[in-house]
Amino acid sequence: MEELRAVIEDLLSPLLGGYAAWAATFALTMMKIVAIVLPLMLCVAYLTYAERRVIGAIQLRIGPNIVGPMGLLQPIADALKLLLKEVILPARAGRFLFLIAPAISLTAALAAWSVMPFSPGVVLADVNAGLLFVLAVTSMGVYGVIIAGWASNSKYAFLGCLRSAAQIVSYEIAMGFALVTVLMAAGSLNLSAIVLGQEGPTFLSWYWLPLLPMFVVYFISGVAETNRAPFDVAEGESEIVAGFHVEYSGMAFAIFFLAEYANMILIAALASVMFLGGWLPPFDFPPFNWVPGFVWFFGKIAFLLFCFLWFRATFPRYRYDQIMRLGWKVFIPLTIVWLVVVGLWMQTPLWFWN
Amino acid sequence: MLQEYFPVMMFMGVAAAIGVLPVLLGMLLGPRRPDAEKNSPYECGFGAFEDARMKFDVRYYLVAILFILFDLEIAFLFPWAIMLKSGELGAFGFWTMMVFLGVLVVGFIYEWKKGALEWE
Repeated sequence: MEELRAVIEDLLSPLLGGYAAWAATFALTMMKIVAIVLPLMLCVAYLTYAERRVIGAIQLRIGPNIVGPMGLLQPIADALKLLLKEVILPARAGRFLFLIAPAISLTAALAAWSVMPFSPGVVLADVNAGLLFVLAVTSMGVYGVIIAGWASNSKYAFLGCLRSAAQIVSYEIAMGFALVTVLMAAGSLNLSAIVLGQEGPTFLSWYWLPLLPMFVVYFISGVAETNRAPFDVAEGESEIVAGFHVEYSGMAFAIFFLAEYANMILIAALASVMFLGGWLPPFDFPPFNWVPGFVWFFGKIAFLLFCFLWFRATFPRYRYDQIMRLGWKVFIPLTIVWLVVVGLWMQTPLWFWN
Repeated sequence: MLQEYFPVMMFMGVAAAIGVLPVLLGMLLGPRRPDAEKNSPYECGFGAFEDARMKFDVRYYLVAILFILFDLEIAFLFPWAIMLKSGELGAFGFWTMMVFLGVLVVGFIYEWKKGALEWE
């Protein structure tokens, strides 16, 4: 990396003189960002395709299979179609807020990827406060939803955004407590350090085992935070048509869609980093540790994403009071109890996770 | 130290651009034929009766306030949780946080019994 930076600096120095070093750092960082964001957006696009195929298979249908071989060009066709549709600005909507809301949603969903470790040392910004940054930036996503519902000037959008915001903040607490137990076990906020803390001979040294209730709570809270089925009352078609994005059309709608799927991938990636050992192989001996780390990481993400789709195809939608009861009366007591249990457990010699 | 965060800032800039540019492109490439019916807020086939920014259930406020309380508690837990494994906190540090959590749980039981968590 340092050599590449030097090469770029040499190339730029006749043009920019003294600013070349700064410009080279900037260019190299931008390349890294593109190398993360571009595959990520492709993953998001193909997650929509995977969702339709997987749910199709579960419901004994075929799913999209017309556009391109096996329907593989379907996401591209969808994106092109939405690009050519009118972006409707509803009468009396707050124009600026209406247009900025999807961007806020997407920024919050993408920004956490800047601290995500893909392999040992392969991370854009290896910041010490990684998990704190993730917690802070993913909480911003709720602003996109609230602003969209408020700016639309539609009753359905307004009700949808209220429901969605209350649901997201409720599950944020359970999620926060789950993060705190991970911090207790790892003793660091740095995501790479959290993965390295789970190093061991087998997958039993990952944190999912001592923190099993927290892993379950975290993942279910993640499903609730992304407003996915079975917690999708915010966009329940049969009650409030599409919730907070009912007035959105064309590309503005597509950005909300992208943000939702990017959030799913982010939740899956964070769950694999914190509980499933990130890039670590399940058994630390050949042939398992011959496979490069990022393959294991992506495999774990893919498995958790499949669970998202599986839940959607399997469970009926919760009622709103049931959602709030699960969040406040089940998850929060459970997480507080397990926090104390882990705290006491770590004071004994029976804590085997380094 | 702080320069570690520069890529994070750039990343957020790129993410915001990905959120804004396609919408602008869509407005440029898509048709633009507004009419009164199309631009009216969606409301099951008839014209909207009143402004959509209406009164809403007070319980949403309650959830928001409880969220702030509990999120603050989590913020207090963060530094303690990081230091716990190093053993520098000792028994005093550990039990201090247990007392703090005890106070939190008493408050939680109170709001539960008061019915603040009920959604009929």
